[in-house]
Amino acid sequence: MSISVSMNVNGKAVGAQIDARMLLVQFIREHLGLTGTHVGCDTAQCGACTVFVNGNAVKSCSALAVQFEGAQVTTIEGIASANGEMHPMQAAFKECHGLQCGFCTPGMVMSAIDLVKRNGKALTETSIREGLDGNFCRCTGYHNIVKAVQMGAANMKGV
Amino acid sequence: MNAPEKQPGMGASVRRKEDYRFLTGNGQYTDDVRVPGQTYAYFVRSPHAHAKIRKINKGAAMKAPGVLAIFTGEDLAADKVNGLPCGWLITDVKGQPMKEPPHPALAQGKVRYVGDQVAVIVAETYLQAKDAGELLEVEYETLPAVVDASDALNPGAPAVHDGVPDNRCYLWSLGDKAAVEATFAKAHQVTKIDITNNRMIPNAIEPRAALAHYHRGDDSYTLYVTSQNPHLERLLLTAFVLGLPEHKMRVIAPDVGGGFGSKIPLYAEETVIAWASKKVNRPIKWTAERSESFLADAHGRDHRTHAELAMDKDGKFLGLRVKTTANLGAYLSTLGSVVPTYLYGTLLAGQYTTPAIYVEVDAAFTNTAPVDAYRGAGRPEATYVLERLVSAAAREMRLDQAEIRRRNFITTFPYQTPVALQYDTGDYKACLDKAMKLADVAGFPARRAEAEKRGKRRGLGYSTYIEACGAAPSKIAGMLGARAGLYEAGEVRVHPTGSVTVFTGSHSHGQGHETTFAQVVAGRFGIPIESVDVVHGDTGRIPFGMGTHSSRSIAVGGSAIVKALDKIEAKGKKIAAHLLEAAETDIEFKDGKFTVAGTDKSVTFGQVALTAYVPHNYPLDKLEPGLNETAFYDPLNFTYPAGAHICEVEVDPDTGVVKIVNFSAVDDFGNIINPMIVQGQVHGGLGQGIGQALLENCVYDRETGQLVTGSYMDYAMPRADDLPSFKVGTHVTPCTHNPLGVKGCGEAGAIGSPPAVINAIIDALAPLGVTHLDMPASPERVWRAIQQAKRTKVA
Repeated sequence: MSISVSMNVNGKAVGAQIDARMLLVQFIREHLGLTGTHVGCDTAQCGACTVFVNGNAVKSCSALAVQFEGAQVTTIEGIASANGEMHPMQAAFKECHGLQCGFCTPGMVMSAIDLVKRNGKALTETSIREGLDGNFCRCTGYHNIVKAVQMGAANMKGV
Repeated sequence: MNAPEKQPGMGASVRRKEDYRFLTGNGQYTDDVRVPGQTYAYFVRSPHAHAKIRKINKGAAMKAPGVLAIFTGEDLAADKVNGLPCGWLITDVKGQPMKEPPHPALAQGKVRYVGDQVAVIVAETYLQAKDAGELLEVEYETLPAVVDASDALNPGAPAVHDGVPDNRCYLWSLGDKAAVEATFAKAHQVTKIDITNNRMIPNAIEPRAALAHYHRGDDSYTLYVTSQNPHLERLLLTAFVLGLPEHKMRVIAPDVGGGFGSKIPLYAEETVIAWASKKVNRPIKWTAERSESFLADAHGRDHRTHAELAMDKDGKFLGLRVKTTANLGAYLSTLGSVVPTYLYGTLLAGQYTTPAIYVEVDAAFTNTAPVDAYRGAGRPEATYVLERLVSAAAREMRLDQAEIRRRNFITTFPYQTPVALQYDTGDYKACLDKAMKLADVAGFPARRAEAEKRGKRRGLGYSTYIEACGAAPSKIAGMLGARAGLYEAGEVRVHPTGSVTVFTGSHSHGQGHETTFAQVVAGRFGIPIESVDVVHGDTGRIPFGMGTHSSRSIAVGGSAIVKALDKIEAKGKKIAAHLLEAAETDIEFKDGKFTVAGTDKSVTFGQVALTAYVPHNYPLDKLEPGLNETAFYDPLNFTYPAGAHICEVEVDPDTGVVKIVNFSAVDDFGNIINPMIVQGQVHGGLGQGIGQALLENCVYDRETGQLVTGSYMDYAMPRADDLPSFKVGTHVTPCTHNPLGVKGCGEAGAIGSPPAVINAIIDALAPLGVTHLDMPASPERVWRAIQQAKRTKVA
């Protein structure tokens, strides 16, 4: 069944006729060509597909695109400045070597920003580890991701 | 950092060049690639562990919307597509070649594990292909299945392959059996263990994917694929399977989201879609769903071992004998045969002077996914056997865990082991001493006493490991059965304005080659790192290569680049000599300048590059223009990274919950180019090793052969709150036989850590009478071990 959907992604109005079964992540990746959002599993466990919907982190592999009619969606492509300067959390991941293969990274960065927004700067190692429970990384052993989130939190303005 | 002066650019934690694209969503992974007109493949897989295929009816599925074609094993056979090859021929104890049953890319007549590919459906969209898959009628006659290697070797077990009625691929041995028997005859003490090395599912976060594009215009193919070794992939796919000339296939492994060995093999899926893309004359994409990754990625480990260590009265090791049963899965994967043999048995000397070692490996086919390399590949299995055994020996001999190791450490190099390897260098005592400081072993008794007051048990576990990396000297590998060379290629292209592109046969899927290799080149030429780009993963751009595995990239791939740099420097000196009107032998190259020795006359690297491409004032009668060199490097020996890992755990004896309170690792990787990247590699390896020790376990149902742990709901992947922060350090003894003095660091964490963790838990629970645990040490298993020990004590 074909159905129409429209939403705002990274500040741009987008709309399309889609298969009603299309997942939000497929809409983002295949319809919009924003391939920074990744699919690492099919059970909402790995978190590689994490995006913001109306300001909240959502696993876009476990939601239908049609559920988000009129929503404000932000993907990893939408968090750096217009001139390409990275978001403080992105910069912290680079500085702390919080990524290796880069596949989980977009979802990890989105979750980390969400974690800081929800908890403020007062994050401990334990609360960061618990807060990233919904994101898998197979490369880093999480050691440097924890450091990156601490640095990113410290450098995020207005939190 | 102990970087030698002659290799500038080493020892700095340069932030990675590749990170910006990954962090901003600009990476390009295989599933991100789209070509016009692309279609999608869905693989229909066997729901049975073992069954005859009686009939496949394509009718209803073919009529489904969007379906372009359906292919089965019969179609591949009709087109004379060969099976998937194994890359290493093992010769058994009787001098006979291993059994190599056919490994068809789509099942022919029989399926042999749950997930075995039965048919491929090509359709306009993925959902159409998947929907049609539901309509494909496959009639099976189910057969009894066997999933455990020991069960498979029992008389009367179901035969996985008709041509291998006893399921034995090979019985292989290494070492001097008689010499070992003699040491046991005179031993003061013999320590024995029976242990399992649990089966792992590698779980790179990027699922496998491929996009095959046949070009009718010139009868060629482009294959994008999640591979750690695109040239090897091409070689196997064209020359061995499809019967195509290699130059007609370009294999591109773009950004790859982790491999850990699971992206080494040539798999059925890319083979089938490459072939099918010509049949349908359309590009075809296939991307695994995670459920398929669990079923059909090559798994790792799965050993069961009995090992015995003979000692004299002082705890000096006299002899070691090991008998291992290895599960190869249903088919021989690309490196499936070599992992439990030459990557395992050869490592059993470890860091010790044990004079006599004998190992036997019985390798069986079972109705499970093929088993291949997983981070460490054979070396973690060897280390686990040895370090568990040594720790058990120390307890039995009432010797300190560090002391028994020190008494047996190899201290003089080069050292020839009784299991074929010759270690070039190392300082095992120094690593252990540093690790003990890092772990604050001196303060442990106080921490243990404090924990005991809270009702908790603390334990300290040691693991002093060796690994053989940088595979491999091609001649030796060939003698031992390798069907390919194991050198590496590198090309250094200096552009007219002095910037450089490096083409390497190594492949980065997280290891940071684009930064580390650029550091080597920038340091050598005295140019900014921004002026050096590293290209990898494309057979259309890179001369050749054997890819990235067995921690070989810097030791072999890096050495090939250094050889090319040597050639560039040599040619640069000739050009500089001409420009400076001096003798070539008087030219020195340092800090980006070619200088006439003892003078201030010099030209810069950039001037020489420009002259090479604008040869107006140039010795054209003697020298070709251009500054572009290619080199192949075949290693002289393996490299031998080594280290000491110490784990401290706290166990709750009421619940069996184990908490790692401290993990300290001191590794000797030889010279280090980028300490930040090296530490990251260690962290990741530790994460996987601790995952194996505490959480992860691949389980097949013993009756039905169904994969029980087929999703992230069932397979316990380590999450951030399952792991501790790590304390890591290094000790440097440079490798003696490669130009950078490097050894490789990718696998160490996964090799050293599992026995450290389990030894720590046993140390914590030894006062309660616990002497043995198998991985993963889940709370349930630990709790049961405690209860069992209590009952034994009472009895």
